[in-house]
This record gives sequence, structure tokens and C-alpha cells, in this order.
Amino acid sequence: MGAAIESSTEKIATRAAYGKTLLELGKENNDIVVLDADLSGSTQTKHFAKEFPERFFNMGIAEANMISTAAGLAKAGKIPFASSFAMFATGRAWEQVRNSVAHNHANVKICATHSGLTVGEDGASHQIIEDIALMKAIPGMTVIVPADSVETEQVIRTIAEYNGPVYVRLGRAAVPIIHDDSHKFEIGKANVLKEGTDATIVATGVMVSRALEAAQQAEAQGKSVEVINVASIKPLDTETIIKSANKTKKVITAEEHNIWGGLGDSVASAILENASEKVKFKRLGVNDLFGQSGKAEELLDHYDLTAEKLLSLAIS
Amino acid sequence: MSSQTINFETIKEKALQIRINSLKMIHAAKSGHPGGSLSIADILATLYFGDHLKHNPKDPKAEDRDILVVSKGHSSPAVYSALGLAGFFNIEDTINFRKLGSPFQGHIDCVRVPGVEMSTGSLGHGLSNANGFAIAAKLDKTKRKVFAVLSDGELQEGQSWEAFMAAAHFQLNNLVVFIDRNRIQLDGFTETTMALNPLEDKLRAFNWNTEVIDGHSVEEINSALEKAYKAAESSDKPFAIIANTVKGKGVSFMEDQVSWHGVAPKDEDLEKALEELK
Repeated sequence: MGAAIESSTEKIATRAAYGKTLLELGKENNDIVVLDADLSGSTQTKHFAKEFPERFFNMGIAEANMISTAAGLAKAGKIPFASSFAMFATGRAWEQVRNSVAHNHANVKICATHSGLTVGEDGASHQIIEDIALMKAIPGMTVIVPADSVETEQVIRTIAEYNGPVYVRLGRAAVPIIHDDSHKFEIGKANVLKEGTDATIVATGVMVSRALEAAQQAEAQGKSVEVINVASIKPLDTETIIKSANKTKKVITAEEHNIWGGLGDSVASAILENASEKVKFKRLGVNDLFGQSGKAEELLDHYDLTAEKLLSLAIS
Repeated sequence: MSSQTINFETIKEKALQIRINSLKMIHAAKSGHPGGSLSIADILATLYFGDHLKHNPKDPKAEDRDILVVSKGHSSPAVYSALGLAGFFNIEDTINFRKLGSPFQGHIDCVRVPGVEMSTGSLGHGLSNANGFAIAAKLDKTKRKVFAVLSDGELQEGQSWEAFMAAAHFQLNNLVVFIDRNRIQLDGFTETTMALNPLEDKLRAFNWNTEVIDGHSVEEINSALEKAYKAAESSDKPFAIIANTVKGKGVSFMEDQVSWHGVAPKDEDLEKALEELK
């Protein structure tokens, strides 16, 4: 299982793990090139840029051109990692991701940071809560949301080997480390982090640690809650989710994303199409609202994306 | 290759065949874009048959090939015709253009058609794509040349200018870009829809080398390309060839007519057109 149920005090941002892993990959594979749009300090591609200036391309504040250029580089045999804030990489440049990258089957890795509410003080203009929806709607696109730094490292290493377009959703804020070294990330596989019988929380990204907290609190009240970490939003591991849904007959999804178009919708479809048991279902996400300025943790609490909320939904 | 050894008559003959086959394709499909296909026929013929664009129909992904990105993906009839004539596939098959199950999609498709380097169609992407190829060629220290053909109308897309800026910034002197300056877009003339002039001044301000030519003179196209290669020996700038063209070139009733941007010729139109192109 590889999940530390005891909440760890150590916190690392997934973007930091990305920057570190990218630097290591740069040493191992000369075909890896990195593009950024004037945010290399924030996205953490600065470490790769410093070590491999000849393979790093700062494209300026021009995300559309960055994504289409990455497609050309991929078609020429390179493995481009293109980074910016998720708002701009998937929002501003959506049509370039769709037509230059995905439609061309271009081997581009879009690794975008500062996703979701946990961007924090910058506020709603930068807090994208629609990126999973935007990316998963594109044919052939792989969509991944790592939950912590351990998983991020594995994700980045995995997608460097995988041939095809990938979107990785990374965060700004430091998040608890919930996995140990025995964790194994695979594209298309979900991980059961804690087994349970009364309800299932299917969570992604920053909500995974909160789901584990909720499951712990439930245990104290004599309830058994299963927690599944879905890092691979697309392709979705329907088998693992349905097995759990048929067992607990109650599923709650948890994500730092609009309830429309995110993980919850994917899981709802999977259950409706495949579950053999009658399953109670609830999505927890941002309830069709824009975010606002505030601290990352404060924002998650303010928008009800809390362990307490998950607990009440799971045991009610 | 020096001009002395180039057979311009062969290139002109190929350009004619590109025009004829393009019109047959669009007629059979009952839809497509004749105007912009006819305007780039001479440019494509010179690239493929004037020994400028190194290509290998037996090995379309050959490492030593040059790259052509046609950003105006709606000129697919001309591109497919040129590739068919170059031997990438049987040109007769292009008659299934735009039909269900055919590889010959309405806008050029690199996944389905050998010899196409990038699927385009959404305007404004192609120069960015070409920049990617040119950057990769520089990284690999190869002699590969990268060509792109852009429409003039698509320069209204902001991304085009992001790409012009980036090509100069990264000193992509292995990149030669044709701008098919036929002055017409779907809704009318570019200068009344959204003015592009002074185009050459704009490109020079973006730090490009430029050359303005008659885009229907294969001799001038050839000379401009020679000039671009020469420039790359002493200049770090990318090279733009503004090719003044006529939309619908070669068919009198299509020439300079906005209405022939995206309309298929009917039986009698095709008959008249082929008679003129003989």
C-alpha cells in the first residue's frame, strides 16, 4: 500500500519535487528539453535551466507559442517539458494543446504548477479550477495529479519514458508527504491507501492527505473508511474504483477543482456505467465558484474542502 | 544547387500538375479551398522539385530530410498533390479527399499522410511548430533546413507574432518562411478586413531578413531561397520571403476573387478551369 496513515509533519510542494526530478532527468537523458514562459523561478524549472542552459528555452510571456513550439520539438525527436502556471498552460493555450500537441500525437509533457485554490494570495485570476476538465476532454490526453512529492517524482520519471501527450497538475503550496518509498505510481492505476468497509473516499492531489485524515477520524468513531488516491485521472482505473464502490456502497470524491468536469464526474460516470451494487455518491469540490485571495490552507477550509467535511459525508 | 542546373521547365510543369490535381480533388469532394491552393503551387513545386527541400518518399522520416511545415492547412489539396507527385503515395488516391475513411483530411494531417510533418488547420500554429523543428536542428548540430509556408491572413493571429519574435530571439537562421501574400481572406481583402501592411517593415522590426518576390515566378522563388541560404552564412536572423501571389492563380475566373476562397468548382467550372490550365 505504501501510504503513511500517520500524518507526517514534513511538507514539500509538488512543484519542488518536479524541479528536482527534472534536473536529475536532464542528466540522464539528452533528449529532454524544457520550455517555460517567464515563470521558471516559480515552476522550479530554474534548476534545469541553470544546469542545462542550452536545453532550456525561456519563451517569454507567450504560452501559445510555447506549447506549439514544444510540439515541433517533439516531432523532431525531443522530449519537451513545457511549464507555466496551470491557468495559462491549459487555459490560455488550450487550443494549442488540443491542435498542436494532442492532434499531432506530439510527445509533449505539460507540467503546470500553481493549480487550484492553493495558489493562495494571488486570487481567482490565477486559481484555475477548470484545468482537469479542459485537459481530460482532449482525445488521447493523459491527465495526472500527484498527491505529494514522492508521487510527483515517480510521475515525472514515468511520463519521461511514456510516449504521448501528458498533462501533470502540480501545486504551489507545500503538502504533507503521505507516501513512502514503497509507493508505485502507474499510468491508469489508482492506489488504495487505506482499506475500509463503510464508505470510500476517492481523492486526488492535495485532497488525498485530507481524505486520510478523515478516515483516521472515522476510525476513532468506529467507522471504516477506504481511501483511494487517483493520481491518474485519465486513464481512470475503473476496476479499482468499482471494486471499492461495490464493497462499501458509498463513494465520496474529493478534489481541489470545480465539481463540474473534474475527478468526481469521471468517477460518477464509471459507477453509473459499471457498478453492480446501488452506490450512494457525493462529489466534494469547489462548488462552481471562483476562488479569492487568502492562505492556501485557509482557502481549502473556506471552500469546505476539509477532512471534517469528508468525515461527515462519509459517516452520515 | 545552383540556378544553372535547375530545370525550371520541370518545376513549372509540376506546379501545373499541382493546380490541376488540386482542382480535381476539390471538385470530387464538393468542398475545399481552391484559392489558397492555387496561390502556393509554384512555391511547393520549387521546394519539392527544385532540389531545395531534401525529402525521401521511400523513408518519409529519414533523419537527413529537411522539414516543411505548411501552416495554412486548408491548402491541403496543393500539399497532397505535391507529395503525390513526389512519390509519397499514389496521387490517384487523393481523389478521395475529404471522404470518410480517406487519409486525405480536409486540413493536412501528419498522422495519416506520409510526408506531412505537422497537422495544421487552426491558423497561427505553424510558425511556432517550425521554430520547434529549427531549435531541435540547432541542438543536434545538423545541416537540416526548416521551411514554413504561412498564409497572409493567419498573420492576424497573435501567436504568429509570438513566433516571429521567438525565431529571431533564438537566432533561427536555419529557418526560411514563405508568406503567401495573396491579399485575400475569407471575408474579403486583408487590408480591409484587418490590415497587415506595412508587412515587410513589421518583419524587419521583428529582426528578420526579408525578401519580396513574385510568388508565381519559380525563378524568383529559387533566387530568394539561394539568397536565404547565403544570408545564413553571415547572419543569425531567420529569413522571410514575402511571396506576392494571386489567389486562384492560373484560372482566370478564380483569380483575385474572394468568393473562391473556400468553394468547390462545379462540373462546368472544372471543365473551364482544366481547359485554361492545359
